Amino acid sequence: MNDTSPAGGAASLDVSIASKDYHSASGRPLRALEGLRLTLPAGQAGAVVGPSGCGKTTLLRLIAGLDKDYFGTIVLPEHGRLGMVFQEPRLLPWRSVIDNIRVAAPQAPEDDIAALLDELGLAEHAAHFPRELSLGLARRVALARALAVKPDLLLLDEPLVSLDAALARDLREMIARLIDERRITTLIVTHDLREAIALGDRLFLLSARPAHVVATIDVPAPRRTLAKETAERLEAQARDALAAAHAGSQPGHP
Amino acid sequence: MIRFISLAALLLLWQIGAWLSDPRRIPGPMAVFEKIYEEAVSGALFSNLAVTLARVVAAFALAMSFGAAIGYVMGRNKLADRLLDPWLVTLLNLPALVVIVLAYVWAGLTEVAAIGAVALNKLPNAIVVVREGARALDPHLEDMAEVFRFSPAARLKHLILPQLAPYLAAATRSGLSLVWKIVLVVELLGRSNGVGFEINMAFQLFDMKLLLAYALPFVALMLGVETILVQPLERHVSRWRRGVSRRLDRV
Repeated sequence: MNDTSPAGGAASLDVSIASKDYHSASGRPLRALEGLRLTLPAGQAGAVVGPSGCGKTTLLRLIAGLDKDYFGTIVLPEHGRLGMVFQEPRLLPWRSVIDNIRVAAPQAPEDDIAALLDELGLAEHAAHFPRELSLGLARRVALARALAVKPDLLLLDEPLVSLDAALARDLREMIARLIDERRITTLIVTHDLREAIALGDRLFLLSARPAHVVATIDVPAPRRTLAKETAERLEAQARDALAAAHAGSQPGHP
Repeated sequence: MIRFISLAALLLLWQIGAWLSDPRRIPGPMAVFEKIYEEAVSGALFSNLAVTLARVVAAFALAMSFGAAIGYVMGRNKLADRLLDPWLVTLLNLPALVVIVLAYVWAGLTEVAAIGAVALNKLPNAIVVVREGARALDPHLEDMAEVFRFSPAARLKHLILPQLAPYLAAATRSGLSLVWKIVLVVELLGRSNGVGFEINMAFQLFDMKLLLAYALPFVALMLGVETILVQPLERHVSRWRRGVSRRLDRV
């Protein structure tokens, strides 16, 4: 199978981390990840779900190449161009919305950037500075910036966190539509199972620290028309897997 | 308006002082303005102002570029910071006069020695301010630039310089006023032209009119640089901060 679309190709994301340690202030190493393995076919969206503090963001930082201090291998999709939406939007406050996108994606044609702003409902905010935007708008700008680079892999770190329910739903639908249309290989990190089921083709459930993948669940395609019962069944299945892993990981603790 | 009244009050105070005192000790404003006109017509005023201004610009540019580079490295690199910090502390505490005299002794009464001595006096101050700025660079934005693979030029232009801008502006303001004051001392001690040299002449001749006729235009010139160049530049680089209060709500 060799897809020639610019968005993906046949390459996929392949992560295999033997261990990742942190050094706490006392100097004692703290194991964040251990024996973590996940693979994501090209053009699919994977959702990493786990309890908070389990090392999801650490995993994302390793995949993004921001932290190289680990044992294991990470194979990125072909060309390895990354687009990332951080938990905080991380826009350059001294550049306007459109300049933030231009600076991150200097090779993107102006027409593409304009179309992207239009699609994300940001056209009227192009000249605004990030401080003038609400969090929901700033997240959308961060998403536009990540898409403007035509990424081979799109990384989203808790893209819906701290938004109110209506806003989160709008953004979730926007993200789902964009990654479906563009077939970008996407990895989403979230603590919310429902969000993961709504956005991911494949769920990776993480244990508590040191984190590893306790179960991989494929969401039956097409997920946009997923029946409510199927979604609920998946959610229950995932909850059971997480609960079992959590109970199993602390045998020595009273 | 208030500034204007304040300035007028200062002039009035000066005039009263002149009336109460020996005109040789405190010449009145009119006498000084006449002297300024005289010096301006002869061309001496402008040539001396230009010479001094050129020295200020050269010393300032040297100190700021080296200071910014060294300060940035010290702010980003712990080893460099530890290595250079004792030097910095020494230089910070070395009196300007000592640096100037040593420069003249070692390098002769030359233009290089004069400008170098002034730059060396301003250098540690620029380093300290820029080092603070380099320490305060946002690591989150750096990660973002790393993921999006900013080129080194883009990093400098869009990431580092905008964050250092307030520090560079602070160093510029304190730097300009420091540099021009030291330039006058350098001129007084070892140059044969410039405002400092003229002021020394006036002192030797006890000509207070001449002294003020050079001091005041130079102060005005430096004020002009501050209001015409430094302030608008500062406003330009901090324009993105102004929108904070009118945050847009969701659409």
